[in-house]
Amino acid sequence: MKVWFKNRPIFAPGSRTLLGRRLVWALTAFVVASPLAAAQQAPPAPAAPLPRFVVVLDAAHGGDDTGGHFVDGQLEKALTLALSERLRSLLGARGIQVVTTRESDAAIDPNERAEIANHVQAQACISLHATESGSGIHLYASSLAPTQPTLFPAWKIAQAAWVTRSIALEGTLNSALLEAGMSVTLGRTSLPAMDSMTCPAVAVEIAPELGPDKKVVSALDDPAYQARVATALAAALVEWRTEAHP
Amino acid sequence: MIPRHQKLLFGILLLASLIMGVTLWRLRERAHQRLIAGQDSAPTSAPEVAPAVEATLLVASDNDNSLLTQLRSLPLPADPGARARVVLGKLLDLYAAPDAAHPVPGGGASVLQVFLLPAPYFGSRSLTPVKSDPGKSDAEAADTVAVPQLAVVNLTGSFAANHPSGIETETLTVLSICGTLHANLPRVTQVRFLVDGKPRATLAGHADLTRTYLAAEAVSNEGTHP
Repeated sequence: MKVWFKNRPIFAPGSRTLLGRRLVWALTAFVVASPLAAAQQAPPAPAAPLPRFVVVLDAAHGGDDTGGHFVDGQLEKALTLALSERLRSLLGARGIQVVTTRESDAAIDPNERAEIANHVQAQACISLHATESGSGIHLYASSLAPTQPTLFPAWKIAQAAWVTRSIALEGTLNSALLEAGMSVTLGRTSLPAMDSMTCPAVAVEIAPELGPDKKVVSALDDPAYQARVATALAAALVEWRTEAHP
Repeated sequence: MIPRHQKLLFGILLLASLIMGVTLWRLRERAHQRLIAGQDSAPTSAPEVAPAVEATLLVASDNDNSLLTQLRSLPLPADPGARARVVLGKLLDLYAAPDAAHPVPGGGASVLQVFLLPAPYFGSRSLTPVKSDPGKSDAEAADTVAVPQLAVVNLTGSFAANHPSGIETETLTVLSICGTLHANLPRVTQVRFLVDGKPRATLAGHADLTRTYLAAEAVSNEGTHP
């Protein structure tokens, strides 16, 4: 290879021109000296940072989208927001970074919720819902068939590559809730926001706790019931962090 | 003195009035004759009632989040679309009953239509021909394989508006409809939903109604938690 300037070679490997010799020496000195200088000036290596662990809390509904209307006048959007705030505090106290999709009574599009979750590349995405149907806690993973990750997944089925991890997260949440003495129902479903999330995602739906005679033992708006659920979910996510980064 | 052209106009109008009067009289007579003839053609024999056949319903239960099979004897029409509508109507009648384990108001009138179309390609399942009679062996059914079908279920807006809100209850409704369709019309492998003839994002805020459901998803969950 030769480098030309004004029809004269100024550098060629093995050339004996003055400029060529100087360039070769300069380059050689730079290559040899740089690592030595860097080694002398570099500060002592810091301890390896802890692996990043982020949880996304998605309080369902909000704004005009009220969600379910319950008999005592409560709205699903208010219950999910209250639970999200409670769970965020518990997770923060345990050193877990939390990103929420909403912190006020604002309408958030399902696509926007998925965008927030996908942007932070979370290790767990929890979508919070409430209902008066059924009993106890309902845990739902996406009903999409598992697929291999691809570079450009389709938006509406992006969760398919994460379904296996989502089911594992569902299992961890189930264990913690059962340990806390709550009845749990597991299932698969298709929710617009969750099916577009590229993270282990589970929808947690809270229903009133019913006794054997089908009478309400713990109502949806019972603060003690909400606290029990939030504490169990926080314990499960701490366990999930340990599993994700042993 | 009345001008001549006004006399002429008056004559024409009078003639037109007479013609219209006669025409009206004749039409009235014809309508009367038709009415009398209609009374003569009153049915003299009882209408044919479709024979009762056994229909399979996948009935949801909120108590244990399950889909359980129930067999019901129903008079079903021969046309597959009408048959699907009758079966789904019966299923939703069960949900509208006062002691239903999966209470959903609306009843059978909530199903406006069920359209059956050739199933488009969706994954690998739709390309696989299905046996038209699940009771036959593979060899017997080899000649009777049928093209898979997509069922489009058109529900009323009031059904969606009054459906209880929640992931569990909405998912159970959708899966029980899909499973019931597939159990009675095995060619139906895919199901889509419309509400008042239009696409709708969710049933009551949760279950996605914009996607195509594979009927086999519901059948595989039969008797278990979905």
